[in-house]
Amino acid sequence: MSLALSHNAQWVLFSTLILGVAAGVMGCFAYWKRQSLMSDALSHAALPGVIIGFMIAGSKNLPLMIGGAAASALLGALLIGWIRSSSRVKEDAAMGMILSVFFGLGIMLLTFVNRMGGGSQSGLDSFIFGQAASMVRKDVFTMSGLALLVVLISIIAFKEWKLYLFDPQFAKGLGLSSRWMSSIYMTVLVLVIVIGIQAVGVILMAALLIIPAVSSRYWTNSFLWMVVLSGLFGGMSGMAGTLISTFGKGWPTGPFIVIAASTIFIVSLAFGASKGLLVLLLQRYAQKKSLDRPMSTQRVLERGEAG
Amino acid sequence: MMPVLSVSGLTASYRKNKVLNDVRFDVQPGTLTSIVGPNGAGKSTLLKVMLDLHPRLSGSVRFFGKDYSKAKSRIGYVPQRGSVDWDFPTNALDVVMMGLYGKIGWLKRPKRMHRDLAMGALEEMGMAAFADRQISQLSGGQQQRVFLARALVQDADLYFLDEPLAGVDAATERAIMDTLKVLKNKGRTVMVVHHDLQTVEDYFDQVLMLSRSVVAHGATAETFTRENIFRTYGGTLRWMGEKLG
Repeated sequence: MSLALSHNAQWVLFSTLILGVAAGVMGCFAYWKRQSLMSDALSHAALPGVIIGFMIAGSKNLPLMIGGAAASALLGALLIGWIRSSSRVKEDAAMGMILSVFFGLGIMLLTFVNRMGGGSQSGLDSFIFGQAASMVRKDVFTMSGLALLVVLISIIAFKEWKLYLFDPQFAKGLGLSSRWMSSIYMTVLVLVIVIGIQAVGVILMAALLIIPAVSSRYWTNSFLWMVVLSGLFGGMSGMAGTLISTFGKGWPTGPFIVIAASTIFIVSLAFGASKGLLVLLLQRYAQKKSLDRPMSTQRVLERGEAG
Repeated sequence: MMPVLSVSGLTASYRKNKVLNDVRFDVQPGTLTSIVGPNGAGKSTLLKVMLDLHPRLSGSVRFFGKDYSKAKSRIGYVPQRGSVDWDFPTNALDVVMMGLYGKIGWLKRPKRMHRDLAMGALEEMGMAAFADRQISQLSGGQQQRVFLARALVQDADLYFLDEPLAGVDAATERAIMDTLKVLKNKGRTVMVVHHDLQTVEDYFDQVLMLSRSVVAHGATAETFTRENIFRTYGGTLRWMGEKLG
């Protein structure tokens, strides 16, 4: 790889950065809605839509494929909701079912398309593990534009998101329609997933939503900062993963993005300022040390009252 | 006087079980009512159904003569403490501020004035010193006080509280009851789901005794009788012997 990236590569890098930021921010929302795993189910469920979009267009037409991905991810979400509410099957089992059924269906369709001839050159395989390098200028613009839109929606309604995620019942009492918020949330989540699948791939897209959010939790006790940091971590992972994948020809992007994100996670787990292991260890040590020193009865009493 | 709350023929269910059956009662302004009844009597469900948080099968609920959607801004609700995740990264002041979001306006930022209002409510609950404290680091009683402060800043005319005294310390119980009495004296109406029958007579001037439907409702002195307690609880209460026997 040369350090002076080609013009196209610079744009691709920029778009994975924005994508990472959008995924990091939305990942925080999904984390507090206890739907981290849902994002995984949705991204797997997007695959058949991508292939069907391709079959309809007859060529790689990104808007149509994104539309197809969104439609099939939403169908997956609806089915999960329907299974949960109309049967005794619990949500995690429903997600597991939908995730694998939709993914299997997608792979089956992909095999057909590849057999039909010309398909193998279509670059459809890149939607499974992600191939940022396969993006052309138009893809980059579509993706970055939509990712910016997601970030914008999160910023404008930040106060409302916080209320909705912390206490949806109370939010409803204040007149913040939970049906509206849920719909917007689901739409934005699906949007992030479908714009990310070309660069990151359906299998690993959820990692870019989950890992930055979890990592940022180790650094802060403020929701605002958690979202900001998560966006930052997501952006860094997106960029780092894309950069590394340019080292070799045909290297997939998704796995490297996930490795980059996980590295940030491990650092956060160990050194995080709020809940990191090192901080906890130091606190415990300090407590133990203060206990080892003999205390006068008077001080014990004072402590008891203060506690 | 027109009742602030008028419920009639209210029926609701969880899955197939009917939890509320033809519930009907009126609440007069400036009263402090406790809702009591055995586990599964539908106390919390009643609140949720009235506030459109749980679907109703039939019946009507009128607040100040209007539907809930039109009276929302005059109603404050304090849910059970366990209904939210206290690990959420935010501090006490921030939670109280949420009570003002409707007044601040959607998509707008809070101003200094709103901060002062929230601070004032925390002070009223004796929680001013904890304004910057992470909510996960507060004790159960302190969390409950933060929830009540959040309801206070709403400046509502009618308040619903779901088990605000469950599992709180004595100081919090006193602080909460004092606040509720102040509200009542200001002419506000307060309804509280309550589990401790020993304190009903001391704390509340009205009692609504519920067991899927209303068993008795009225002034505590006349309504909270041994007979009505038996009818509400089906004689399953152990302490009744020592208290009323």
